[in-house]
Amino acid sequence: MGATAVMEPEVVADSGSGALILDDVTVRFETDSGPVTALENISLAVEEGGFLTMLGPSGCGKSTLLRVVADLVAPTSGTVRVLGGSTEQARTDRAISFVFQDATLLPWRSAIDNVRLPLEVGRSAGGRVGPRTPEELLDLVGLAGREEALPHELSGGMRQRVAIARALVTQPRVLLMDEPFGALDEITRDKLNEELLRIWRETGTTILFVTHSIPEAAFLGKRVLVMSANPGRCRDLVDVPLAYPRRLRDRESIEFVKIAAHLRELLESC
Amino acid sequence: MAVTEEAGATHAAGKSERSLRLAAWRRRSPPVLAAIAILLAWQLGVMLFGVPAYIAPTPLDVLGEFGREYKLLFDNLVPTALESLAGFFVGNLVAVLIAISFVHNKTAERAFYPLAVFVNTIPILAIAPILVLIFGNGFAPKVMIAALICFFPTLVNMVRGLESVSPQMLDLMRILSASKSEVFWKIRIQSSLPFLFAALKIATTTCVIGAIVGEWIGSNFGLGALILEATYNFRSPLLYATVFVASGLAVVLFASVTAIEKRLIRWKPPTAH
Ligand SMILES: Nc1ncnc2c1ncn2[C@@H]1O[C@H](COP(=O)(O)OP(=O)(O)O)[C@@H](O)[C@H]1O
Ligand SMILES: [Mg+2]
Repeated sequence: MGATAVMEPEVVADSGSGALILDDVTVRFETDSGPVTALENISLAVEEGGFLTMLGPSGCGKSTLLRVVADLVAPTSGTVRVLGGSTEQARTDRAISFVFQDATLLPWRSAIDNVRLPLEVGRSAGGRVGPRTPEELLDLVGLAGREEALPHELSGGMRQRVAIARALVTQPRVLLMDEPFGALDEITRDKLNEELLRIWRETGTTILFVTHSIPEAAFLGKRVLVMSANPGRCRDLVDVPLAYPRRLRDRESIEFVKIAAHLRELLESC
Repeated sequence: MAVTEEAGATHAAGKSERSLRLAAWRRRSPPVLAAIAILLAWQLGVMLFGVPAYIAPTPLDVLGEFGREYKLLFDNLVPTALESLAGFFVGNLVAVLIAISFVHNKTAERAFYPLAVFVNTIPILAIAPILVLIFGNGFAPKVMIAALICFFPTLVNMVRGLESVSPQMLDLMRILSASKSEVFWKIRIQSSLPFLFAALKIATTTCVIGAIVGEWIGSNFGLGALILEATYNFRSPLLYATVFVASGLAVVLFASVTAIEKRLIRWKPPTAH
């Protein structure tokens, strides 16, 4: 196994404290063609400030897992605790932010006004601006000077950066990212990967990150959750013992290549 | 990578003003030239084949009629324009309000949408006499006919526009704990604008048709009445001139709505890169 440490999924649930605790969570959808089990008996804990990446074949329930944590989907059975409270509590406290694959910007709002949106709606309307203003956040994601640009004037990569700045404006303690860079070209994706790590280290946010890319999963995550489909289950949880800050060229190290090969093996046996 | 992103953004600004003006002329010249060609062919055709003026007047005849009868044309344009505008506002306003109520209340939508479809299937020419019988000979029935003809396309488009918000956007608003009214004011209204304006542009031409149809049924004022009078008296140049005034009215309304749309909607739905 070399550099990778493998834990059995059952072992994961034992840590009682954590930013995120899923205990025996099952999600079943009633569809026209019968019930679909999107997630089955998932137990998982992510520590505060952790970075968990999730890999798995399409339809294995990765998005559903994030949606359960975000209080968009209620689990059929099992419990989910976020920061010691319910998912609803975390949502109404603005403790959670979500970044989708598609930037989901309001096309009539400038970049800066899109970042401000979370401050204008919901309970925190009235502008509870944290230590980082929307302007500073755009700067943080490398978009200083493009504040007034409309989404259609920005490239796909820039729009995704705006979406990340918007997700950060409420100072979330948990950041859920569902294939956020999946639609971008590789060079843009690499660059955003490095920037995301920098932002993560600067903000101390707990991140759950879904991806289809093995190198991306291994490069970003402290741990990688590999899931299997039909029904969606935890296949394995793999530690990535590479020190941060990680650089893109670290992906050529022997250690990294070994981890990636191990992840590929796990995925292929799903 | 930064280079390619910047290049995409500044590409449009690189063109010189002269080449832009040239491109604008290239875009606009075909319809202008086509119109001139048609007028010329019409003038020459009528002259060559010796068609009598009461069957088909030449463009010059029509132009002469404009010079002689401009006061008559203007006096009849005013009521038609007022009816069209009033019908435009009433019809679209009611359509927008009903669309909003449909989006907020699915039961209302299920109850009244089929009714709206049914009303729309009755030909306007069949409704017009009924409205004249009920509301008499004044402005009211004409405004109502104009409003009725605008109503349905706007209702359909507005409902679609208000519901055109992506499920993901709604997820985002839920994560932000946004209220229903915040979703409505911050998202639905804006998303519906392109759909609304598509319908309003249709309405600019149909409201004039509605007003004229209203005036055909026992009216003694307006462009509709003038069309009938000119036809019965074989005053073809006047008939043609009236038709041009009516279409000019629709064109002005259309251009105004387009100008407002350009000012209000500066955004485009983002395309995938
Ligand atoms: N709202 C829903 N209604 C019905 N079935 C759903 C719904 N959301 C997800 N599913 C089903 O649950 C399974 C897992 O979906 P998803 O979480 O999107 O997978 P992934 O993101 O890993 O590709 C799929 O079979 C999908 O069809
Ligand atoms: Mg998914």
